[in-house]
Amino acid sequence: MSTRLATGGRLLNKDKAVRFTFNGQQMRGFEGDTLASALLANDQMLVGRSFKYHRPRGIVAAGPEEPNALVNLGVEGKFEPNQRATTTELFEGLLATSQNHWPSLEFDVGAINAKLSRFMPAGFYYKMFIHPRPLWKHLYEPFIRQAAGLGQAPKGRDADTYEHFHTFCDVLVVGGGIAGLLAARSAAQAGARVLILEQTAHWGGRAPVDGGEVDGKPVDKIVDELVSELSDMGNVTMRLRTMGAGVYDHGYVLGYERLTDHAPEADGPRHRLWRIRAGHVVTATGAIERPLSFAGNDIPGVMLAAAVRDYVVNYGVSPGDRTVIVTNNDDAYRTASALKAAGLDVPAILDARVLPVDSPLVAEAKAAGIRVLMGHGVAKVLGGKRVTGVAVCSQAGEGAVLEEIACDTVAMSGGWSPVVHLWSHCGGKLLWDNDFAMFRPDVDKAPLGADGTAFVSPAGSANGHFGLAELVGDAHAMGRAAAKATGHTPKKAAAPDAHSVEEAPMAPVWLMPQGAGKALRGKAWLDYQNDVKVSDVQLAAQEGFESVEHAKRYTTLGMATDQGKLSNINGLAILSDALNQPIPQTGTTTFRPPYTPISMGAIAGEARGKVFQPIRRTPLHDWHDANGANWEPVGQWRRPYAFVRNGETVYDAVMRETKNVRENLGLLDASTLGKLIVKGPDAGKFLDMLYTNMMSTLKPGKCRYGLMCSENGFLIDDGVVARIDDQTFLCHTTTGGAESIHQHMEEWLQTEWWDMQVYVANVTEQYAQIAVVGPNARKALEALGGMDVSAEALGFMEWTDGTLGGFDVRAYRISFSGELSYEIAVKASEGQALWDALMAVGDSLGVMSYGTEALHILRAEKGFIMIGDETDGTVIPQDLGLNWALSKKKDDYLGKRAQQRTHMADPARWKLVGLETVDGSVLPDGAYAVADGTNANGQRNMQGRVTSSYHSPNLKKGIAMGLVLHGPERMGEVIEFPGTDGTTCKAKIVSPVFYDPDGEKQNV
Amino acid sequence: MLILTCPNCGVTGEETEFHAGGEAHLKRFGPGSSDGEFETYLFMRENPKGVHFERWRHVYGCGKWFHAARCTTTLEVFGTYSAQVTEPPKEIRDTISEKRPGWTWRDFA
Repeated sequence: MSTRLATGGRLLNKDKAVRFTFNGQQMRGFEGDTLASALLANDQMLVGRSFKYHRPRGIVAAGPEEPNALVNLGVEGKFEPNQRATTTELFEGLLATSQNHWPSLEFDVGAINAKLSRFMPAGFYYKMFIHPRPLWKHLYEPFIRQAAGLGQAPKGRDADTYEHFHTFCDVLVVGGGIAGLLAARSAAQAGARVLILEQTAHWGGRAPVDGGEVDGKPVDKIVDELVSELSDMGNVTMRLRTMGAGVYDHGYVLGYERLTDHAPEADGPRHRLWRIRAGHVVTATGAIERPLSFAGNDIPGVMLAAAVRDYVVNYGVSPGDRTVIVTNNDDAYRTASALKAAGLDVPAILDARVLPVDSPLVAEAKAAGIRVLMGHGVAKVLGGKRVTGVAVCSQAGEGAVLEEIACDTVAMSGGWSPVVHLWSHCGGKLLWDNDFAMFRPDVDKAPLGADGTAFVSPAGSANGHFGLAELVGDAHAMGRAAAKATGHTPKKAAAPDAHSVEEAPMAPVWLMPQGAGKALRGKAWLDYQNDVKVSDVQLAAQEGFESVEHAKRYTTLGMATDQGKLSNINGLAILSDALNQPIPQTGTTTFRPPYTPISMGAIAGEARGKVFQPIRRTPLHDWHDANGANWEPVGQWRRPYAFVRNGETVYDAVMRETKNVRENLGLLDASTLGKLIVKGPDAGKFLDMLYTNMMSTLKPGKCRYGLMCSENGFLIDDGVVARIDDQTFLCHTTTGGAESIHQHMEEWLQTEWWDMQVYVANVTEQYAQIAVVGPNARKALEALGGMDVSAEALGFMEWTDGTLGGFDVRAYRISFSGELSYEIAVKASEGQALWDALMAVGDSLGVMSYGTEALHILRAEKGFIMIGDETDGTVIPQDLGLNWALSKKKDDYLGKRAQQRTHMADPARWKLVGLETVDGSVLPDGAYAVADGTNANGQRNMQGRVTSSYHSPNLKKGIAMGLVLHGPERMGEVIEFPGTDGTTCKAKIVSPVFYDPDGEKQNV
Repeated sequence: MLILTCPNCGVTGEETEFHAGGEAHLKRFGPGSSDGEFETYLFMRENPKGVHFERWRHVYGCGKWFHAARCTTTLEVFGTYSAQVTEPPKEIRDTISEKRPGWTWRDFA
């Protein structure tokens, strides 16, 4: 069993006990524990079930590479699934539950899958569930969805806050182990601004566990001195609990700081995303130990050798009383020493190598009385929910059991892999190192920055240097080089003095024993989290998934939340062996950020709730809000859809408003419509290119409705252009188009017609604009008093400056409803006062405010198009019967040439018509009209679609507009629109102008 | 996330401050051009592995357009220059020749 030791635990504060709960059971740990070490101290080795076969799984590692110990943390707004126990610091009251089992961790029904594992190899889902086809949707998919997934998605709203933090530095050091600290010091001593990030709560990495001396002092002492020295330097920033998550183009790096995960009651944001721009990045990210592939290597109690000594030394926890060590290298012997030093039993070390001479570490183990079996390995691990022993075999054989050794822990080491993730994120290449059987950074092929020079350097064990002397030398040199790369001059300084323990070469062992038969290979796990075995990868290769990227996706090797930190190298070694090719030829899969999963909250930062996206408010927003506005988002604006009165539905309000405009007087907040000033000697010439109409001939004081097309010929915007003076135009755009049309104009001015003397200014927000619409519109303005608004003084499509009710206004006589209509623009600050004045004089004239839906119905009654309804980016003006707005006098305008292309000039393009249902009902918006026959795909032919559809309270029937094949030539014909509910609507093709076709109401 | 320097205002900024605007130095064809010319202008684009010329706009800055010469494989930026030219200036082409001898892009080299 695992238990707390009486001594040891360099990271613990044993004066402070911490209570926590796992699966409802009260447990105790100490301040400084991780959840994993505290669970082990409470003899809780079994922490979860595997993804596919629901096999019992225990803690394997002591760091971010942990594949098994994923737990749910917290409840409700603090709930979070898939948290690694090995990187979760213990705090008072922590609540954790295990995942992926039903009904309980101890007894899981899903474990039946393990019995069936022989029938569920790689690609099982693909092969099994493809036939018969209909069963996928109704049977297989619902079942698999039920079974899939690790933890549960949180249901409550996230109660925590998050933030982003932007920062710059010369040299960013990722990793606060001995190498990172030394590199940071070298860079800082040269004068560089240094930022150093460490993902755990402690500086020094694993050096204090592994021991050794630097500059004649124990390495943990040196770590303390380095931290103190760096803290005192003004040009160094140090962050603990901050992981370098990803390295991106040109020195952009994301850091992920966990501020209050370990102290959830503390104030402030939970996570902080550091958005770092670094001149140079040093990745001192360390190395990760590899598991060995032997049968039963996933049984709880089988752990990485280095993790075992981490738990003993750092946390004073014994993972087990009797630990058998299985290794292919010298480093695992350090675990034997640590266990012995803690008074624990090491019945045997199974070393797959046969060494001609004992290396110092081997000799030390033997001298300590440990039984060392060279050339031996594990045939299989005995036990179910906990290791009970190992069956020993010869590594060279096929797994014949020589003896069984009772134990409750197996410490395995298959060698070490440098953490090359951050090096690789932005294109750093890797080399295969035969001596250590690992990929390490190829420093000659580093990621390149904006100036074409390398901007990432690996340092220490992340660079493949494992001996203490080589490691500190490398870190010292890389720190200096980084400072130099950012324009600093390192002073002459020798590397710290350190001594490396001489180690015998490791021997690559990808399968144990090397001749393991099918039964053993089928129980030798590569990827613990996704349940991928040696046999699965071999099957993938056999079935032709030879590319490492294909094999990965077919088997799901390395695709779990740990992204194959333990499994990838072992997996691709198995794949290479199956393909009879060297490992470098197989290559690695792509390393993608983030290094370990980061919270969605950190990515969102402050951008949630009300600050997710800014909302634009017109000067009349508050009035609308106080008067029943049912809001509709239009771009980033909020516009009233309708003003709902007591006792009304929204629909009732829309009908009332629409009728009232035609009968009395309506006021509309038109402030959101885009207003662009185009000014300069060439303004007319420029607008002639931008609009399909001729704008240069417009007289000052006049308005003209204009269309804008893209160079592809498609209609992109429309609106009324007013000529202010000889050199000045005011162009109205759609609400959503103000910014994009402004940019469209700037683009053409700056990049194509830069010889034109024109300025464009977006003055949309400078004005409040109120549409005064209806038979009583003129009476209302006359009641305000001031300028002459008679038909003679201000004719249709004219504008003038003047005063109304004491306000300085610009009045446009334009109409989007077919009624007598004025749009009155005032300074934004006076918008509310003008609105109030209009409401006051309108009181006796039947005034009502109206919203965007009434606006839509009114324009549809008149057959006026709406950008975004009648257009969708594939519609040209000719489709909409707007040929009258296409100037024939102009040689050129944007879209003209495109509209001459054969497809654009095709007479079979669908054209705009009105649609009137036979029974007066409302056609479903977007419905398609069917035609006879089928197309090449066997689908019914179509002959048109509905683009706008409303109930008109003025005409007391449904009205619609649509695009129909040869529509204008088919007036009176009835076509059919099948609904999604089995019914069919019949509609007659009519003119799109339903109301007042002669314009008598507007021209008064 | 690239770093670019706007040649109009001199600011060196993050990619999020800019907006990419597609291929540089397109020659506009309007009415009177052949279908082939117009098709090339509207649709045909380079897709080089290596040296490339692009249009960018300093959208959250001075608002001005400019040109950038860039390597699509290493992301090296050879230089940025005015939007108001119809071909890459000589000094930009010389810089590229120094770093990528023998480069070509459309008719430029």
